[in-house]
Amino acid sequence: MSEEFKVEIVNPEKSFFSKEDVTEVVVPAFEGEMGILKDHIPIISFLKPGIIKVLSQSEEESYFIEDGILEFKENNLSILTSSIIKVSDLSKEKIDKIISDSEKESSIEDLDDQKKFLIDQKIDILRSLN
Amino acid sequence: MASLDDLKKRISSVKSTQKITKAMKMVAAAKLRRAQENAERGRPYSEKMNNIILNLSSSVSDKENAPKLLQGTGQEKTHLCVVLTSDRGLCGGFNSNIIKKAKLFFQKISNENKSLKIITVGSKGYDQLKRQYKNNIIEKLSFKDSKNINYFDANKVGKIIIEKFEKEEFDVCTIFYNQFKNVITQIPQEQQIIPLKTENEKDQTNNESYEFEPEEDEILSNLLPKNISTQIFKAMLENSASEQGSRMSAMDNATRNAGEMVDKLTIEYNRSRQAAITKELIEIISGAESL
Repeated sequence: MSEEFKVEIVNPEKSFFSKEDVTEVVVPAFEGEMGILKDHIPIISFLKPGIIKVLSQSEEESYFIEDGILEFKENNLSILTSSIIKVSDLSKEKIDKIISDSEKESSIEDLDDQKKFLIDQKIDILRSLN
Repeated sequence: MASLDDLKKRISSVKSTQKITKAMKMVAAAKLRRAQENAERGRPYSEKMNNIILNLSSSVSDKENAPKLLQGTGQEKTHLCVVLTSDRGLCGGFNSNIIKKAKLFFQKISNENKSLKIITVGSKGYDQLKRQYKNNIIEKLSFKDSKNINYFDANKVGKIIIEKFEKEEFDVCTIFYNQFKNVITQIPQEQQIIPLKTENEKDQTNNESYEFEPEEDEILSNLLPKNISTQIFKAMLENSASEQGSRMSAMDNATRNAGEMVDKLTIEYNRSRQAAITKELIEIISGAESL
């Protein structure tokens, strides 16, 4: 169909996810949530911790990422991320563990503002999932 | 000449060695397949990362103020060399090939009167370098405990490198690893990762106008540290496939040599047994003749 484009999510170990018939992808871009539709202008952007939503005609999938880079070109969307988990696979214990790890990390004193902001963001997102 | 008993013992010991090398070969073959698969699956990530960086760096307008990781510190006084080797031995020339390549490079650096710092990843590399370059080794890492190559470990190495770069402890960083070509051939590689060597802008066609969010510079300065971890991860994957390949062919050779040795020893054993029998016969016959 004309309104569909291709998405590929890659992590260092493997090509994590790839789908041909996607209608919209919502990503947590650095300067706010961003929805990408077909024929978007070519873009490179940075992602902050958050939820990626992949929407197609039939279903909707959500993934939690901790960081990432996004490239959109010629109706090919590639997302590079070092840590990605499907939201439905996130158990409560897992979320709690990531939260407590992050809290430890954010309590380090000489953290620069940007990092602190990212970690706080991560904790907020995870809390809302819980 | 060795006695019959000794020969028998040697034959059985060579045979049991052969069993070990054969088993190691099988294990290496199985691991090789997995390592190769991992290396292939890791490729898209590093390729895409490379692409994005190429696109970005060609569109950075202000070359003067480009991040130092891309541009370099402007001098080449101190070299940091990261030597990636294995943690286990018995893999043929795998480790010595990397070390040889690295030592050649070290020699070149010291001839040019530049200072040298070394980080070894993998205990075998440290063992081989510590005699000659003990004072140059600033850090030794080993990931013996991790079962598989994972990005987390690579990231650790990357972070150490970045940290040292930010403290201006070195100007140029080069990594050494074996590139996996096939089971028999592994090519030792040296790759400069800081400052990043971009291809001589040969793919001008790729020069599309991207929209950036946030600014190019900001993305670049975030992306480059990640790229270093990615490059190291790639090197580690290639290395692990090479290690298994190298071990497999080394163990194959060892098994074959042991087989030849067993054959030779068996012939010797049979000969000396025959000689003993003949000797006894002669004694009996000559004893009977003298009667």
